[in-house]
Amino acid sequence: MDNAIRVLIVDDEDDFRETIVKRLNARKLQAEGANSGIKALEVLKQKEFDVMVLDVKMPEMDGIETLRHVKKMSPEVEVIMLTGHASVEFGLKGMQLGAFDYIMKPAPINELLDTIGQAYNKKRGTA
Amino acid sequence: MERNYTKLWWQHCLAIVGFSVIPLLIVNLSLHALFNDIYTDKVSENLLNRVEARRDTLDLFLNERVAQIYTVAHTNKISDLIDEAYLGRVFSIMHAKSDSYVDIGVIDKAGNHLAYVGPYYDVLKSANYKNEPWFYAVMSQGLYISDVFMGYRHYPHFIIAVLIREKNETWILRLTINLKNVDDIVQKAWIGTLSDAFIINSTNQLQTLPRFGGEYLSAPIFKRFGKGTDNGNIPYPDLSATAKTRVERMSIQGNDVFIAAASVRSSAWVLVSKESPDEILSPLAQGSFWMYLLTAAGLLAICTGAALFTNALINRIRETDRENAANSDMLLQANKMIALSKMAAGIAHEVNNPLASIAENAGWMKDLLVEEDLTANPNIKEFSDAVDKIEQHVDRARKVIHNLLGFARRMEPAKEKINVNNLLDETTGFLENEARYVNIQIEKDYADDVPTITSDLSQIQQVVLNLLNNAIDAIGSNGVVTVGSRYLAKSNEVEIRIADTGKGMTEAELNKIFDPFFTTKEIGKGTGLGLSISYSIIEKLGGKIKVQSTVGEGTIFTIILPKH
Repeated sequence: MDNAIRVLIVDDEDDFRETIVKRLNARKLQAEGANSGIKALEVLKQKEFDVMVLDVKMPEMDGIETLRHVKKMSPEVEVIMLTGHASVEFGLKGMQLGAFDYIMKPAPINELLDTIGQAYNKKRGTA
Repeated sequence: MERNYTKLWWQHCLAIVGFSVIPLLIVNLSLHALFNDIYTDKVSENLLNRVEARRDTLDLFLNERVAQIYTVAHTNKISDLIDEAYLGRVFSIMHAKSDSYVDIGVIDKAGNHLAYVGPYYDVLKSANYKNEPWFYAVMSQGLYISDVFMGYRHYPHFIIAVLIREKNETWILRLTINLKNVDDIVQKAWIGTLSDAFIINSTNQLQTLPRFGGEYLSAPIFKRFGKGTDNGNIPYPDLSATAKTRVERMSIQGNDVFIAAASVRSSAWVLVSKESPDEILSPLAQGSFWMYLLTAAGLLAICTGAALFTNALINRIRETDRENAANSDMLLQANKMIALSKMAAGIAHEVNNPLASIAENAGWMKDLLVEEDLTANPNIKEFSDAVDKIEQHVDRARKVIHNLLGFARRMEPAKEKINVNNLLDETTGFLENEARYVNIQIEKDYADDVPTITSDLSQIQQVVLNLLNNAIDAIGSNGVVTVGSRYLAKSNEVEIRIADTGKGMTEAELNKIFDPFFTTKEIGKGTGLGLSISYSIIEKLGGKIKVQSTVGEGTIFTIILPKH
């Protein structure tokens, strides 16, 4: 389990987040959830993650804001932005700020897995 | 809201015509009336002067005659005058320088002709005048100028008689005046071809021969001229009581005439002159003719000018209206699009999150179905099918949402060099098989001079593909789709045209065609988003998309793209 990919899912939508976490765990990933940007930053302080899946649209602290903090705190974490179609701009902006990629919601699980895998490979390559 | 241009045209035109024509008519007619009055006054005055001049001439003539007779009567002894040889000598002297007299006679107080010289010797020498009216008059007045009468000679004439007193005895010297002299004077007033002049006595009997109608001693008869001349017996009005010279324009049985009358001072006669207004007022008629002609010309000019000017004006208004309508249509459409895209984005977002949760949970169930050993469960297949159905329909919903977001998205379009004709070839290529299958022919009508444009290839392709799909759907089967291109050199734009021979659309459908979710296709066949996405794409690329359609004939979509 040491080489399992550690993934943090950040989304305010509980049902979505929890299910994703379950499904990723079922696929031999080490996934955890955080229901807000602030919570995610707290979790990130305590634990190390390889990949972070970050919803763009959240109350209080949105995805872009969270991304800025994440890139300051632990720049080694690869971030995948999760966006609605209309907020492609945010996805692009996220990539300018150092996110690995963006995925449109709702995304098929395979697509998400692929992207997570790529992000992990990139991180390992650079590490 | 269509303006009624015909009504506007008439209003404007009539206003111009009204405001120009009414003053024109007022000025012309009043000037004409004024001129008419002045001229008529002038003519009347002329007539008055003329009749008075004739009258004065007549007076002068009579006075001279009286003076001459007086002289003869008082410079000769009565004993000499009753000698016919002597009287004959005197008469021939009087007659030497004028033909004013016809005969001369001396009559005693019993009315017997003592002496007579003249052409009626046989008739008159033996006549007794004691009972003649003039005989009494001269006996009582001393001098008498008679009216014209027939007398013993049965020929119209008049006389001047003076009383001679000698040694308490009285005689009368009597001279017959040659009527031709009086006629000559009066006839000088016959100036126009229709004018007339004559003398009447105090009982309205003619003393001279008028030019038209009437005999000596009858009442003057008016003669009518012109069409349907029927002389009848129209009398002149009785002017014998005229004292002061007058000129009147009057109507005699419907005939317009000028009548001038002047009283002769030395007798009880009245000189009457008649003129035809047609003749003496002919300059006025000519003036009227010119006035009407010029007025008509003026009216024609005004009307033509008004019509031309109004035409130009209305055309301009029409053009402006059309431009305004087009602008407001475009503005309306743009506003609608902005509002709708905002709403679409909002809805899509709100639906997206629950949709994502549904998808994930369905996915999770599917995961579990695979992992767990549930094959024993008799409903395993039902579960599996149900989950598949959920996923399938989530996918369907997702496509709708993505389309909707595609309509609303604001991505920066790419900038690539595009050969429009190649693009069209490529895109039609995708659909050629499908079209052939339903017997639809795709015809190409490319212009050779279409330049390379800089735009977003895939987005234009998406739009063209969408329009082609619609065209094929609109036809159903058996028809022609024409794909064309054209270079608009003037505005430096490229036009792409996709025309079908399909069922066409009504005006109401055309108005909504670019609205999201509007579709003419069967339920479930189309999302109603294709054209609204196409619209927003082309708009973002700086172009325009237009549609024309006729029910039963087909629809033409035109895309205009800027070269850069």
